[in-house]
Amino acid sequence: MVSQKQEVVKVSSATIRFAGDSGDGMQLTGMQFTDTAAMFGNDIATLPDFPAEIRAPVGTVAGVSGFQVNFADTDIFTPGDAVDALIAMNPAAFKANIDDVKSGGVVIVNEDEFNKVNLRKAGYEADYNPIEDEKYDQRFKLFKVPITRMTKEELADGALSAKDVLRCKNMWALGLIYYLYDRSLDVTINYLNEYFGKKKKLPDVASANVQALKAGFNFGETAEIFPVQYQIDKASIEPGTYRRVTGNEALAMGLVAASQLSGKQLIYCSYPITPASDILHYLAGTRHFGVKTFQAEDEIAAMCAAIGVSYAGQLGVTGTSGPGLALKAEAIGLAVIQELPVVICSVQRGGPSTGLPTKTEQSDLLQAMYGRNGDCPVVVVAPRSPSDCFDIGREAVRIAFELMTPVMILSDGYIANGAEPWKLPAVDSLKKIEVEHPTDPETFEPYDRDENLSRPWAAPGTPGLQHRVGGLEKQHITGNVCYVGENHQLMTDIRAGKIEKLAERIPELEVAGEASGDVLVLGWGGTYGAITTAVTRLQGEGKSVSCAHLRYLNPFPKNLGEVLKGYKHVLIPELNMGQLRQLVRAKYLVDARGLNKVQGQPFLIEEIEQAVNLMLEGDWGEAQYLEPHQSQVSVDGQSLEARLAGATA
Amino acid sequence: MPTEEITLAALTAKDFASDQDVRWCPGCGDYAILNQVKKVLASLGSSKENTVFVAGIGCSSRFPYYVDTYGMHSIHGRAPAFATGIKMANPGLDVWLVTGDGDGLSIGGNHLIHLLRRNVNVNMMLFNNRIYGLTKGQYSPTSEEGKKTKSTPMGSIDMPLNPISLAIAAEASFVARSVDVDKGLGGVLTTAAQHKGSSFVEIYQDCNIFNHFAFKYSTDKDTKEDNIVRLEHGKPLVFGRDRDKGIRLTADGKPEVVELGKGITEDDLLFHDEHDEKLAFVLSRMRYPKFPEPMGVFYSIKDDCYEDLLEEQVNAAIDKRGQGDLESLLYSGETWEVKG
Repeated sequence: MVSQKQEVVKVSSATIRFAGDSGDGMQLTGMQFTDTAAMFGNDIATLPDFPAEIRAPVGTVAGVSGFQVNFADTDIFTPGDAVDALIAMNPAAFKANIDDVKSGGVVIVNEDEFNKVNLRKAGYEADYNPIEDEKYDQRFKLFKVPITRMTKEELADGALSAKDVLRCKNMWALGLIYYLYDRSLDVTINYLNEYFGKKKKLPDVASANVQALKAGFNFGETAEIFPVQYQIDKASIEPGTYRRVTGNEALAMGLVAASQLSGKQLIYCSYPITPASDILHYLAGTRHFGVKTFQAEDEIAAMCAAIGVSYAGQLGVTGTSGPGLALKAEAIGLAVIQELPVVICSVQRGGPSTGLPTKTEQSDLLQAMYGRNGDCPVVVVAPRSPSDCFDIGREAVRIAFELMTPVMILSDGYIANGAEPWKLPAVDSLKKIEVEHPTDPETFEPYDRDENLSRPWAAPGTPGLQHRVGGLEKQHITGNVCYVGENHQLMTDIRAGKIEKLAERIPELEVAGEASGDVLVLGWGGTYGAITTAVTRLQGEGKSVSCAHLRYLNPFPKNLGEVLKGYKHVLIPELNMGQLRQLVRAKYLVDARGLNKVQGQPFLIEEIEQAVNLMLEGDWGEAQYLEPHQSQVSVDGQSLEARLAGATA
Repeated sequence: MPTEEITLAALTAKDFASDQDVRWCPGCGDYAILNQVKKVLASLGSSKENTVFVAGIGCSSRFPYYVDTYGMHSIHGRAPAFATGIKMANPGLDVWLVTGDGDGLSIGGNHLIHLLRRNVNVNMMLFNNRIYGLTKGQYSPTSEEGKKTKSTPMGSIDMPLNPISLAIAAEASFVARSVDVDKGLGGVLTTAAQHKGSSFVEIYQDCNIFNHFAFKYSTDKDTKEDNIVRLEHGKPLVFGRDRDKGIRLTADGKPEVVELGKGITEDDLLFHDEHDEKLAFVLSRMRYPKFPEPMGVFYSIKDDCYEDLLEEQVNAAIDKRGQGDLESLLYSGETWEVKG
């Protein structure tokens, strides 16, 4: 496939970003590139980035949709810091993304769209066209390609309308990129024929897209605009069967698996909310597993219905994001006092309030921990990557059943929408989830306790076990309403105790690196990839740094206190303003410092590296936390006053 | 294995009493309703283990504690959502909902209308006492305009809700009304329980502490038959102590009170048709004192229940795709092999 005329450069990894208008099909384009890379044998990680508006005004920066994919011949954990190649379908996409491209990186623009109208919509000054500006030509390898015109010419004689022809230009661009990275077109051709040809029954659309894809590829080969072609070898990946999976898909599959492994019907009760709705969509398509989905009238009803399901003896699960979790709070408290097993999947996004609905954040940890009236603990777990959602989903259900308590899964937008290759588990290796229901009226007491302080789960329909549950305090053992002070103290202690005791049965926290040293980087949730990569690099430089990642946040693993004691400094990077840091400081009296970012984007690897280096070199100072700004972590310019002064200057 | 012939003794109303002390105020209308419900359960041959009472918050919502069945005292206004979850998980259970005018129409108004439009097969009793009792006497969504309460010392300026009109507008498949101490309550509840789908029963209930005699016109022995009209399907709307009055529709479809005799016979009156939605709505607008208030079943139609339709989708999916197989779910889509 490699053209003889051209120089071929082998690289170890590349980060490509496809950017265009939200109607340009950039997500599909990126996903196709991802599949092609994954099936070739590269490791991959992706970062979709789309606007909150479904169709923001065409051509504006607000309407730019992007999809970033990192693919490599080694293990990778993040979608990449800086972009090696940007495909900008219009001036707005250029403007929104150009600053993320590495110096010397490839920038391919659809020059046909860089006209007066589009330049104005993108907010460029009159008579200025960035692709005519020499500074960009000097900084990047800028390629101006008439993608619109070439697509039109290629499909001029076809069956599609002019409008539909234009919708094929993303495939033309994808073809060009396939050429640049020396990729086969087979995966995408197969997809186009299956999706448009067979599923949508639009064979003309399928063949036009295939034609555009091939034309883009051939243009790269014959026009010789690229001086080099890049090759990235297969990664040495553990043998097995793989598929690409997003966090939301994996979580949905984890819940279905939990249902199968426990013999309990999964009833998923949810109200649509970004970025959690895809879990509902996925599960709505699994009725043949006995799965029922209930799109409730609001967030509160979704939570309450899930509790009703659990009360009736099946697997009640709800899914939401920050604002919805706030609405569910009262009902979660009811499940805590009724001691019913229910799983709450919260896919975090930027807050407060509606915040940044399509952007990632980790700022609901304290809400998950404490956001209810009364002393009201729940188990909190967090997946660390898209495929980990499969395991976390099953684990949450297992714990809920074991302890008769709500379990909160804190995913986030980055994990939920990001994709990675997933080595598929052997189904018969998945552990059964044990569930017991009492049947003997002679020995049954609704609030009796087992060795884990859990109470029996008697489902309606069981003769002789009639009992009432409610939100009023329960008398120990009998479960009758009881207002006695000592009893309330006891029940409060039991509800907390059963969660604390769980720490004895969950895996201890593992440290990557030495068990003692200068710096421990402690993380949770979706920051796993960036932290692991940064720490691995620093260790490679001989630095005394280790990292550990929490999948259990309530309770913490029982050895966390010991682990923290092993290091001079503890750094906790979070996509919030220091929520885990606050918990860790309060519980372990450790002077942990934070790297905190709420900018709608995940951490860059280099941001974490810079923060660790500041600590290692003794330059961190007294700051409780630092924020990265423009990808730089520095003790200077952190104060709000300085930044306000800078912003107005 | 030898089988043993077991004869189940029929349960009586008493058998449905739980071992908990009933803690409503002495003289509260709730006692009368509780007694009627226990009788109805016994007469319907309900089983304790297959019956679930679900309630929200408020005086009436303590109801589940007092019945020896399964029960859930939930949170304010949300009982319909819990009940929906229970019915989805186990459609075979006999689920009763207990709510009040504050719980069901104010904080829980949203869930009420969505339960009714989905037609989940539950029996909902809305105890309407036109006051907030448990919080000690504030006006409610059914309190009359001008009502002076602790929170409305100068009189309420809210337009009250009409629960029956609301239920009809929310696509309810069964709508009825009765009074806590009325002889008709047991019959209405029995019909409601036998109806498949959401049955909505408004029950006028006396709060003798904060809103005593709010419905005196409909309970006072001497006057009530002049102030209510008992609905019977296919029968003319006749009322009055001496059954000498009736309801007739005017040419433009409005109800009017007429006296029988003097050329007006029962044949001239409005005949009740519980399948007629428009008529049900007209009846729901008849309020005391201008009209006698209708009691009984306003509206009743057959319609599919949510939980049955959901179950059917599961069965249809299994018929079409076969019983779900985890391996094929995980290995679906594009997969690839990495060789060692």
